[in-house]
Amino acid sequence: MKLNLKIWRQKDANTKGQIKDYPIDGVDGDMSFLEMMDILNEDLITKGEEPVEFDHDCREGICGSCSMQINGEPHGPDRLVTTCQLHMRKFNDGDTIVIEPFRAKAFPVIKDLIVDRSAFDRIQQAGGYISVNTSGNTVDANAIPINKENADDSFYAAACIGCGACVAACKNASAMLFTSAKVSQFALLPQGQVEATERVQNMVRQMDLEGFGNCTNTGACEVECPKGISLENIARMNREYLSANIKG
Amino acid sequence: MGILDSKIPSGPLADKWTKHKNAIDLVNPANKRNIDVIVVGTGLAGGSAAATLAELGYNVKTFCYQDSPRRAHSIAAQGGINAAKNYQGDGDSNYRLFYDTVKGGDYRSREANVYRLAEVSGNIIDQCVAQGVPFAREYGGLLDNRSFGGVLVSRTFYAKGQTGQQLLLGAYAAMNRQINRGKIQSFNRHEMMDLVKIDGKARGIIARNLVTGEIERHSAHAVVLASGGYGNVFFLSTNAMGSNVMAAWRAHRRGAFFANPCYTQIHPTCIPVSGEHQSKLTLMSESLRNDGRIWVPKHKKDAEAIRNGKLKPIELKEEDRDYYLERRYPAFGNLVPRDVASRAAKERCDAGFGVNKTGEAVYLDFAAAIMRYGKEKALTSGLKDADDNTIRQLGEEVVEAKYGNLFQMYEKIVDENPYKTPMKIYPAVHYTMGGLWVDYNLQTTIEGCYAAGEANFSDHGANRLGASALMQGLADGYFVLPYTIGDYLSKDIRTGKIPTDSAEFEAAEKEVRDRITKLKAGKGTHSVDYYHKKLGKIMWNKCGMSRNAKELQEAIDEISALRADFWENVRVPGSPETKNQELEKAGRVADFLELGELFAKDALSRNESCGGHFREEYQTPEGEALRDDENFKFVSAWEYKGEPKDAVLHKEDLVYENIELKTRSYK
Ligand SMILES: Cc1cc2nc3c(=O)[nH]c(=O)nc-3n(C[C@H](O)[C@H](O)[C@H](O)COP(=O)(O)OP(=O)(O)OC[C@H]3O[C@@H](n4cnc5c(N)ncnc54)[C@H](O)[C@@H]3O)c2cc1C
Ligand code: SF4
Ligand code: FES
Repeated sequence: MKLNLKIWRQKDANTKGQIKDYPIDGVDGDMSFLEMMDILNEDLITKGEEPVEFDHDCREGICGSCSMQINGEPHGPDRLVTTCQLHMRKFNDGDTIVIEPFRAKAFPVIKDLIVDRSAFDRIQQAGGYISVNTSGNTVDANAIPINKENADDSFYAAACIGCGACVAACKNASAMLFTSAKVSQFALLPQGQVEATERVQNMVRQMDLEGFGNCTNTGACEVECPKGISLENIARMNREYLSANIKG
Repeated sequence: MGILDSKIPSGPLADKWTKHKNAIDLVNPANKRNIDVIVVGTGLAGGSAAATLAELGYNVKTFCYQDSPRRAHSIAAQGGINAAKNYQGDGDSNYRLFYDTVKGGDYRSREANVYRLAEVSGNIIDQCVAQGVPFAREYGGLLDNRSFGGVLVSRTFYAKGQTGQQLLLGAYAAMNRQINRGKIQSFNRHEMMDLVKIDGKARGIIARNLVTGEIERHSAHAVVLASGGYGNVFFLSTNAMGSNVMAAWRAHRRGAFFANPCYTQIHPTCIPVSGEHQSKLTLMSESLRNDGRIWVPKHKKDAEAIRNGKLKPIELKEEDRDYYLERRYPAFGNLVPRDVASRAAKERCDAGFGVNKTGEAVYLDFAAAIMRYGKEKALTSGLKDADDNTIRQLGEEVVEAKYGNLFQMYEKIVDENPYKTPMKIYPAVHYTMGGLWVDYNLQTTIEGCYAAGEANFSDHGANRLGASALMQGLADGYFVLPYTIGDYLSKDIRTGKIPTDSAEFEAAEKEVRDRITKLKAGKGTHSVDYYHKKLGKIMWNKCGMSRNAKELQEAIDEISALRADFWENVRVPGSPETKNQELEKAGRVADFLELGELFAKDALSRNESCGGHFREEYQTPEGEALRDDENFKFVSAWEYKGEPKDAVLHKEDLVYENIELKTRSYK
């Protein structure tokens, strides 16, 4: 199929960017969106132009690298997928596709479609862990039995890939879904209880410091999340935060 | 033994590690504060090593090319991690895990290393659970296990089909804790471009900041390379797109021997190639073989009809299907090791029984499992007279709970519902057992330069069993390296900070800059990918699932010619002073073009078949691998001497004191 791509080009963080037109032909439905971009880039290079830069690595929907806004939606029109798992069969011959970077104050553009998501790392560094030595001399793993439902819920929260689509989807650029997923993973496990109070306080403080907006319960994040991370996590984090603040 | 001293401790196998740990010199905690360690790579091996070294008190700097340590390639591992916990009471033990691993590796790994791996495997699970890794659990609250290819016990711990992700997030969390304490400085979007040696010792690296293009010098008392495997030399593989051999290859060029480059694992259950545009192959976890049955049509005419779209697989009667693994290997059936399963699939497809358009696919069928689980579920739910439809639906629910995300992934890529029609699979390049040669301490042939995880060669022999790479990465990082590196660093407590303005740093930086200039100087119009794909085709066709002397020699010549053309004609647009992904790729492919040739040379020099190395000239009448223990029971370790064709082979003889070498049989 033939497509008309409109792609955001921006040299670096300090230069103004703009949308440019790139018509493309010979795209087939079995290609992933990123493979379609590869073909475009191959063509640009042969013509002596600079290719469009975008983040990607695993191309299996698990590393969380790929991050584009496609026709206004993070990771494009399909549900529960990342851009690398989006296939061109979701588009029609002759479509115009607008491709932009994830936009949020806390995610500055580095180049073209690449943004800086290190704010997510700093939120995790503020407390997204259990303070246990890595010596291996802990109790036997089966000495901590965990109710299967809690273990599963904890897993579902932990499945967040840190892609940032929730932020990009949110009109306030809030990072609540991401942060709450991490808080929930530990809140649901006995191992995570000991530090629960400081964890939620520190992570929320860092999240605010990074310049993410507030959550107004719109729910766009859940809709766009490729891993189906649920809004329940936000509710859980709010409860944790509240009770942490009562405890002081 | 030559110049390769494996430093395996003496004494009985089961006591070696304890004895060694007791003999290791310790570094006083106050002195650890004066010692810097660089860790290149933040996957399972690097992340766990960095966290543990920082916790011990060393100053750690980590490097990764992604924007966050959490995105390292380890994140993609699906199936699980082994440990000899014997939670299922099915007869597992350290010895049995050790035995399965050595046998699975076709007797080309080191006994002492593998035993240590088995010994610490249980600790890994304890550690990860303490860190909050949400492993799968039984209803009683205890950990659940499953089974993987090549073994007869259930020793694999898992978190749905996302075990690597959860383990990596555990190591990343441990890193974060140390970053928060100021003990780890993490340099993301940074690439190691070279290793710096001073007085024969590894003392730092040259790195490129991938955002600004700046070339940076970083010094340390020791350098750990945990930079992963080199499967991307094939271009198409299950590896992440950025996976590369640069860090290891740069160290090789500085004197670290490269071991067993030709040992590649071809994974049997991947989604088949769909077309020329393809950039990447996707693995379907091997755990699927626990429940999926593998087959092709028994008759060529049916295979043809399927290929032409005239027949659907579900229309084919049971007696017209060939469950070839169950037929050939009754004891292990669909759970034979990966090399065996991969070769068997290739054999059937080459014989004309493949089931997709290109004839390069076999079926992985869940219909029987769905009905079996459905019946059980119906009975336990009190539905004694459930009809087939209800049973199928219940069964699909059970299968969904076990493998749901894998089925979903398959459907997204292939656009077919695997609950209703069997999956199509074909072997693909997955893992590399070769890597930097290391001794028992994980030190390379460069003093102070260590290698961990997939970047080293030591534990898997000629074939890796499933769920054991994650185990090895974490064993190296959490429990082995932190001890063994102390022995070396104990001699460095008075050295003080290593300055970065020495002549050695100067010279290494200049070489890096010159190389970039040279990469930019290409005069042609071909992109880096053009060369990478060409290299990949040579590798797959001539150094892939089966090899022969004639084609290997051709590969050597073709790669050498391709490399010359690359340096002459590659086009790398953009400036080196900014973010420039083409330049990043160019540097990596340049190294693959050298490694690929050494790979073929190694394969040519090994006149036997073993594990992932199958030489057509050496097979039994039934088509099984024919090993030659008399002449090839060694590790090949290559010394760099300029061009790959000049590399010099050193041999580390493998000594088996505890295991009798047998022909590997899974019948
Ligand atoms: C799809 C898939 C599924 C798998 N499933 C399983 C499984 O179920 N069980 C199992 O045991 N194994 C599995 N494996 C294998 C296993 O995941 C890997 O072998 C293992 O994760 C490798 O870990 P590592 O830490 O050695 O390297 P990696 O995780 O590959 O990490 C490499 C690190 O090095 C960095 N790096 C590389 N080069 C440079 C450089 N020049 N400069 C700076 N940084 C650099 C990268 O940024 C990264 O941080 C699977 C592999 C794949 C591909
Ligand atoms: S919550 Fe979902 S959208 Fe947000 S970072 Fe995690 S996976 Fe991405
Ligand atoms: S490239 Fe890893 S999630 Fe898309």
